[in-house]
Amino acid sequence: MSQLRAERARLLAVFEATGAVRVEADILQQADVLLDLYGEDIRARAYVTSDPLRGEQMLRPDFTVPVVQKHMAVSAEPARYTYAGPVFRYQDSATGRAAQSEQVGYEVFDRSAPEAIEAEVFGLFHRILAPLGLIASTGDVGLLRAAIDGLTTSEARKAALRRHIWRPARFQSLLDRFSQPVAQKVLGVGGQQIGLRRAQDVQERLAQLQDEATAPPIPAAEIAALTDLLAIRGKLPEALELLQALTGRLPSIATAVLHMATRITALDAAGVDVAQIGFEAAYGLTAMEYYDGFVFGFYAAEPGWPAIASGGRYDALTRVLGQGRAVPAVGGIIRPEYSLRAAIGSAS
Amino acid sequence: MIKLGVPSKGRLMNETFDWFAKRGVQLSKSGSDREYVGRVEGVDGVELVLLSAGEIPRELAAGRIHLGVTGTDLVHEKLANWADTVEPVAEMGFGFADLIVAVPACWRDVTSLHDLDAVAARFRADHGFRLRIATKYHRLVRQFLTAQGVADYQLVDSQGATEGAVKNETAEAIADITSTGATIVANHLRILEDGLVLKSQATLWKSRIAGGDCGPLIRKIRAK
Repeated sequence: MSQLRAERARLLAVFEATGAVRVEADILQQADVLLDLYGEDIRARAYVTSDPLRGEQMLRPDFTVPVVQKHMAVSAEPARYTYAGPVFRYQDSATGRAAQSEQVGYEVFDRSAPEAIEAEVFGLFHRILAPLGLIASTGDVGLLRAAIDGLTTSEARKAALRRHIWRPARFQSLLDRFSQPVAQKVLGVGGQQIGLRRAQDVQERLAQLQDEATAPPIPAAEIAALTDLLAIRGKLPEALELLQALTGRLPSIATAVLHMATRITALDAAGVDVAQIGFEAAYGLTAMEYYDGFVFGFYAAEPGWPAIASGGRYDALTRVLGQGRAVPAVGGIIRPEYSLRAAIGSAS
Repeated sequence: MIKLGVPSKGRLMNETFDWFAKRGVQLSKSGSDREYVGRVEGVDGVELVLLSAGEIPRELAAGRIHLGVTGTDLVHEKLANWADTVEPVAEMGFGFADLIVAVPACWRDVTSLHDLDAVAARFRADHGFRLRIATKYHRLVRQFLTAQGVADYQLVDSQGATEGAVKNETAEAIADITSTGATIVANHLRILEDGLVLKSQATLWKSRIAGGDCGPLIRKIRAK
């Protein structure tokens, strides 16, 4: 226990040394905010409780949301925050992980060059974790978003694909659906008008379905290029080459690939040996849907361990919580229980 | 003593009694009809425990009863990792019920989960909150909808008269058990064509936690 306290304090001190301000967050969080943000899936992972006056409350499943809320309330930028404390998540009995676990985090709200901030955050985590000999993986959700934007198809289909970026199985089934001629749909027989969804809403969607019925399939070459994009993996320099080669077939990702090249240069300048850092285009797509750009994780070889650290860019989340006002945000957390265990492992 | 948990009232209790009787085990309520104490004849060392069907999964998982009769739906809903704590001994051939997802019949455009998902996105944009699905089967329905990639919905709890939730505007859709579908239709709803979450029937379960020798009873009911 005292070891864990020391590890927590050590990590906090490293983050505070960058000028980050230490912040606290309540353990009891208003459930409706988290539910609205994460959807029902969070209920399967977070402890929900309630009291007669305040309604549904949730035991803090992460710090990101309360820290963003705090920042949005004061809103001076640039800002750097650090925090430490327990988070609470249901665990499958099979994994043997604790339902209460510690996190030490670092969040940066800064409007200067995005790649520089990403390199700063990743570089800091990389430096802290370097002695542990971990495997670093990175990804960039921005590439897939750009690829979707460039598809030859309707805005409605692009919106549907974008909405399911974080659900790979559903994303794939949508892609399959949109790559074929539209199947004839047999409509329901109808019935008495009930509920909040109005007759007019049904009419509107019927009209949309009619438009959709004549929509041409997404060209096979584009589907193939998108599939190839999702399969790209390798060390950063190698992945960049593959991506640059793919821009011939997928011109819409060119800007996102340039961002990635700039980020790699910035990482190199921050002292990261980029040839040792992994990249997967599909990385981070099963995490919760708030990361929308650069994402990263550090892993030990131990089976069954969670990522020892993870993080990324989450601009979209600040837009939702800021009710229209958004701020570029990059951050991450370290799990001190596991960084400690990894340190003991690598010392012995 | 082996404890056998059986639903304490209604059709489910009577059908359970009949099922065991056909296999040479007579279960009965002792004393008055209102008293929840039972008798077992035809096999030794078995005690009858009359319980609410909804509590039987929990009692099995806790090991307080050795065997119990309840629906597949209730075991799967109430016990996380149910296969770790209970095992099915026999499907009993009654109490059939399907857990399904249904929407208002007037939603002519919504016949599949794909449609429901599309409408949920639009509904959230229009109304500022997630499309509500009323149910008491939270875990099963959430697992099902997650696996099927439906997003932008929320579950609202409904412990009874769930089919009325849409008309009462406390939900936009429902997930509930039905045997004939008559109540669904009567409440102006329609089952989605791929909206079957689980097929359920009354099942005899054995607790993996309770231990005890259930052999004599299991052999007896399997002999017929």
